[in-house]
Amino acid sequence: MNIDFSALAVYGPLLPEILLVVGAMIILLIGVFREDGQAGSLGWVAVALLVAAGLLVLRQPAEPQTLFNGAIVIDPFSKFMKSLALLGAAVTLFMSFDYMREARILGFEFPVLVLFSVAGMMMMISAGGLITLYLGLEMQSLALYVVAALRRDSPRSGEAGLKYFVLGALSSGMLLYGASLVYGFTGSTQFTTIAEQIQSSGAGIGLIIGLVFLLAGLAFKISAVPFHMWTPDVYEGAPTPITAFFAAAPKIAAMALLVRTVLTAFPSITTQWQQILVFMSIASMVWGAFAAIGQTNIKRLMAYSSIGHMGFALVGLASGSAEGTKAVIIYLAIYLVMTLGTFACILAMRRGDQMIDEIDQLAGLAENNLPMAFVLAMLLFSLAGLPPLAGFFAKFYVFLAAVEAGLWPLAILGVLASVVGAYYYLRIVKVMFFDEPADAFEPMSSSLRVVFGAAGIFVLLYVFYPTPLVAAAARAAKTFF
Amino acid sequence: MNAVESWPPLLSIVTFLPLAGALFILVVPREAEGNARWTALWTTLITLIPALAIWYLFDPTTAHFQFVEEREWLGGSFKYKMGVDGISMLFVVLTAFLMPISILASWDAIQTRVKEFMIAFLVLETLMIGVFCALDLVLFYVFFEGGLIPMFLIIGVWGGARRVYASFKFFLYTLLGSVLMLLAMMAMYWHAGTTDIPTLLTTKFPFEPLDILGFGVPGGMQSFLWLAFFASFAVKMPMWPVHTWLPDAHVEAPTAGSVILAAILLKMGGYGFLRFSIPMFPVASDLFTPFVFVLSIVAIIYTSLVALAQDDMKKLIAYSSVAHMGFVTMGMFTLTTQGVQGGIFQMLSHGLVSGALFLCVGVVYDRIHTREIAAYGGLVNRMPMYAFCFMVFTLANVGLPGTSGFVGEFLSLVGAFRVNTWVAFLATTGVILSAAYALWLYRRVIFGKLEKPALQGILDMNSREIACLAPLVALTILFGVHPAPLLDVCAASVDALISNYQSALAAAEGAQLALGR
Repeated sequence: MNIDFSALAVYGPLLPEILLVVGAMIILLIGVFREDGQAGSLGWVAVALLVAAGLLVLRQPAEPQTLFNGAIVIDPFSKFMKSLALLGAAVTLFMSFDYMREARILGFEFPVLVLFSVAGMMMMISAGGLITLYLGLEMQSLALYVVAALRRDSPRSGEAGLKYFVLGALSSGMLLYGASLVYGFTGSTQFTTIAEQIQSSGAGIGLIIGLVFLLAGLAFKISAVPFHMWTPDVYEGAPTPITAFFAAAPKIAAMALLVRTVLTAFPSITTQWQQILVFMSIASMVWGAFAAIGQTNIKRLMAYSSIGHMGFALVGLASGSAEGTKAVIIYLAIYLVMTLGTFACILAMRRGDQMIDEIDQLAGLAENNLPMAFVLAMLLFSLAGLPPLAGFFAKFYVFLAAVEAGLWPLAILGVLASVVGAYYYLRIVKVMFFDEPADAFEPMSSSLRVVFGAAGIFVLLYVFYPTPLVAAAARAAKTFF
Repeated sequence: MNAVESWPPLLSIVTFLPLAGALFILVVPREAEGNARWTALWTTLITLIPALAIWYLFDPTTAHFQFVEEREWLGGSFKYKMGVDGISMLFVVLTAFLMPISILASWDAIQTRVKEFMIAFLVLETLMIGVFCALDLVLFYVFFEGGLIPMFLIIGVWGGARRVYASFKFFLYTLLGSVLMLLAMMAMYWHAGTTDIPTLLTTKFPFEPLDILGFGVPGGMQSFLWLAFFASFAVKMPMWPVHTWLPDAHVEAPTAGSVILAAILLKMGGYGFLRFSIPMFPVASDLFTPFVFVLSIVAIIYTSLVALAQDDMKKLIAYSSVAHMGFVTMGMFTLTTQGVQGGIFQMLSHGLVSGALFLCVGVVYDRIHTREIAAYGGLVNRMPMYAFCFMVFTLANVGLPGTSGFVGEFLSLVGAFRVNTWVAFLATTGVILSAAYALWLYRRVIFGKLEKPALQGILDMNSREIACLAPLVALTILFGVHPAPLLDVCAASVDALISNYQSALAAAEGAQLALGR
């Protein structure tokens, strides 16, 4: 009997995804047969799988290619975003082992769920049509709901998972409704065909309503105001490494999906979705800045901070230009590094067995542990968008795009919101540097130290060598224009 | 345009030497903390050498940018471009000159976290010098805003009792002003296609009136850009009514922080007006000149009166700084040779004098630990040397002929007189008021009987403090009698600035007339 393996060649470009899914299933099988039910070295296997998938993604050819009748698209944009998502996932997984083992929640399910959700993210990033979009989104989200509730003995964690699930299901419903309207009015689920349809026969009111629902569903996933309500509770309730994971990879994937959807399916009705994005962007920046001021819990603060940052990233997308898309990509890359670094520090806030997440407890950190305080301060200044740190350049490019597009209200409100935002980051710096010292934390574990240090170095030195990231982002953005 | 790459890259050297010093202190172990002081002092002294070399090699006959360096940076048209002309060069030297003095001034006053203090200071020096050398908008902004971080920490960590409030106020005020400038810079980039400052200086930004929501905006795009830059520089300068952060920041900052704040950071505002607002938006500058005059006059008179009422020495000097900066803005916006040169000279002189006055306050503060004027009196009896130095700077602050303060004030007033007599008249009352508050301060602190028990054992200045103040005394008097070295250096650039401004205005008027017909 002859089997024709050449038919499998069509799956070649999907090798990273296949690797992740098959790897996850194997880990699952091995895990089930382990006596203790712990992840043990399986966690490291998961990290290795993510890294391997990342290397495979980087080796993909630069020419865009489509698979399965356009359902999956692989292009420079997907390459870049997938590498970011994989990096985020690998680093958060790498940081989480110590914590999870300590908290006795490092079951073998954890790496498996992370791998599945990352596979979902990669589908989202590569989605060429509404069906893939939905499949990827759900695959990612279902895994995340479970991960949020991983700490079964903690009511907060359970609450976080349930909240996430209920609101996520609602958003999926809205998204599906929007998708069905779009399909109904254009007769296709493929982004390119939808775009052609709108081009030739215009956009009716039904299609616009569908677009609104579609965007609302996606806004949930990037936690843009007014669909952000779940974020602070989920961030606070979930175990910290999982919060770090939520803040990093899924945000990248959802933003990438949003970028691809509006730019490939609705390029001819830019003005329609631009209004929505401008509104969401302003609302997220302003609300993220003001609501964070009153927070005392650093995880909640980071939740509002991430809401604000998604608002800033949306500034770039709202401009609807190549410059803007490049800006979003740069923003996400720099945001990812800053977030990972900050969460490495939050994970290191521990006294004895006790994890600390109150901002007050950072008091006088500069006295007890100056390097940690210094790097965290730099990360916070960078999140606030101050030069010469990396975060400034992230904001610089998005506003540059907004000014080019003439979106003055957006640009002006955005920079003013960033001043308000600077206040709450400064408050943490103040607590660390100006206040009387509290008790010292336990020394940082070496894995956290690596991540924290690398993020700090990136943020500080980015100004000296910014070109590679900018050039890569420009290449990725060119996909759509 | 002078595009020749200068070698050695003096400006990069003078900018980044302090940063190298800071890195060196960073890796030195904490046990050798005393060495941090020496390293910082030597770093700043060595930085002074290339700065002086720049002054020596500077060609004062041309208005072109000199020592230009250009490298790829952010990609596209965002370049790393450095260069100085007659306006900016002296500020580079001033910064490099005042840094070793500030380090010396904090020798004993800073006892906690010495290493971090010195690092913050050296980083600040890099950023400040960079501001004056940058010839690219984005690069300028990076240096301009980057200075906030070390200054925030200097005020907040080593400051006085209300340091948290002061540091936040300083930070947020300045940031709020600057972000609008950033947007204006972006708009300029999209209009001109470059962020190269020499190119932008010759770019004509549109000034056709715009119609916004039914309101006609005279000056059009230029007006908006001008206002955005003004928001930033007016806060930095600071001009009335956005000066309120300055007294707080000054009072709470450690002595060296106050010196740098008064002597250098404030000058960035004035420098910004001369580098950006006036040459790049001449029509808008012309339009807003009366507005600037009014603010300057209010600053001169109002803050002088406020200074009279102070009972904290540092606060008094801070308010007097605001008044003196009023002279600077007034002089610059007369757009006459005398006025602009007077503004520049006043900034340089104020850098020396106000820095020195804060050092003087620091000298007694280190001994008695209070800045209350009422706590002092009769110091001349035990501190003759101190009384002499303080007197020189007080008189220079008043603007007595023979001190550097006179030259700047006089020139700006001459410029103002040529343009608007009333402005000159009102500003002159400020001179009288400054004599009142400065001399009164001097009398209360220095003269009279030495009655306070706390002052009975007070010692005169030690050699370190003399080393701090002596060069300042010498320069204050030298530039008072012989201002030519400073004025000659900036003359060509100022002339070019003014003639470009006049021709741009004439062209604009011609265009408007043509439109009218």
